[in-house]
Amino acid sequence: MSDPAAPPSPPSPPSPPTQAERDELRRHGILLTSLEELYNWGRSHSVWPLQFGLACCAIEMIAASMARFDIARFGSEVFRPSPRQADLLIVSGTVTKKMAPQVVRLWNQMPEPKYCIAMGACAISGGPFKQGYNVLKGIDRYIPVDLYIPGCPPRPEALLHGLMQLQEKIRAQTISGPEAPRHLQAGGAPECAVPDFGAHDLQPPQNPEVWRPPTIIRGGGA
Amino acid sequence: METLEQIRDRLLARFPGSAVALIVNLGPAAQHSLLVDGSHGRAVAEFLRDDPALRLEFCSNMSGVDWPAREVVETAVVAAPDPAGGPPRSVEQKVKRLVPGYLEAVYHLFSIELRHGPVVLRLRTANRTDQVTLPSLTPVWRSCEFQEREAFDLFGIIFEGHPDLRRILMWDEFKDHPMRKDYVEPDDYEWEPTPHGDVLAKARKHYPAGAGAPAAAQGEPRP
Repeated sequence: MSDPAAPPSPPSPPSPPTQAERDELRRHGILLTSLEELYNWGRSHSVWPLQFGLACCAIEMIAASMARFDIARFGSEVFRPSPRQADLLIVSGTVTKKMAPQVVRLWNQMPEPKYCIAMGACAISGGPFKQGYNVLKGIDRYIPVDLYIPGCPPRPEALLHGLMQLQEKIRAQTISGPEAPRHLQAGGAPECAVPDFGAHDLQPPQNPEVWRPPTIIRGGGA
Repeated sequence: METLEQIRDRLLARFPGSAVALIVNLGPAAQHSLLVDGSHGRAVAEFLRDDPALRLEFCSNMSGVDWPAREVVETAVVAAPDPAGGPPRSVEQKVKRLVPGYLEAVYHLFSIELRHGPVVLRLRTANRTDQVTLPSLTPVWRSCEFQEREAFDLFGIIFEGHPDLRRILMWDEFKDHPMRKDYVEPDDYEWEPTPHGDVLAKARKHYPAGAGAPAAAQGEPRP
């Protein structure tokens, strides 16, 4: 039921052009984009990893950076020797409990926006060494991990695929709103707490702000 | 090279008052070893290195061994008096005896000059708790330095005379000795999506009360 005397409702904002329309415009030499898209496009094609390896996965990471697999095709060939210049922390290998505080410290020293890849079974869960007294059962207990690449070790192609997935993730990020990445939120990005060396284990054994053990519902007629 | 028996006899003659014993390895390797008491350990080591017939100048490997206290049952034949007044009969008696635990430092020695070896040398602590001091052989063989630090770190053997006895693998604040048989590792098995074997037993401590039937739980969907 509409009242003919009522003023017309304000026009809805124009819907953004679809990909097909943009492709059509691009064929005519007109590039339509948004700041967000441009920003993410630039970021996703120059993800500079930290030059940092922990175990045998690092050998595959090095192989991925060399000519045969050539991570340079994806804009990530510039492995930075300083965390201050790196965007991506590839945790490639077994993280021992003695090494874990240093890994967290490196992560804290990296400027935002930054991303973390847990490469291989060890970095994900401790892998074949998880029952060792000195092996951290997954780096995600202390730092937020964006991408997990399974394998023992993952082949360079798997790392490249992981990098492409990370680029997808970067391109999907918004630069405003509640879904914006950490560094664009009010208050900035929080630092991850560096664990202390305790008398029997790292203290705390995990960072509850980053990781909590997921609840496992186990049925089976208990 | 001389046999270990000959080396032992020469050591006993050279160091009167020392307790050098031959430990026989009954396994197929048959790698017998010499057990030396701690107080003569350093002198024996220097003798083995400098003796012109042995010249064991290279210690390729030093390792720790933990021997927890164990119970042995010994069968002894004792004479029991016959209550009827006859001659005493011999009766077999089983006696349980507790062998106290100890820690061992094992050195594998070679001679590069004379191309022989290995000679396996053992040092034993008095117990596993408070008397865990052994002489360091790092002043004799420099290659022992890191390995003695490792044995100190992981077994808790204190090497007297070591130039730099610190933990080498674990951090300095760490209090335990992980390679000891009674070491209890930190319990961080709260998140085990597909546990089996030992990990299942450890992960089960974290299951909520009443959640049993682990065999059926194996096939449950994972989060």
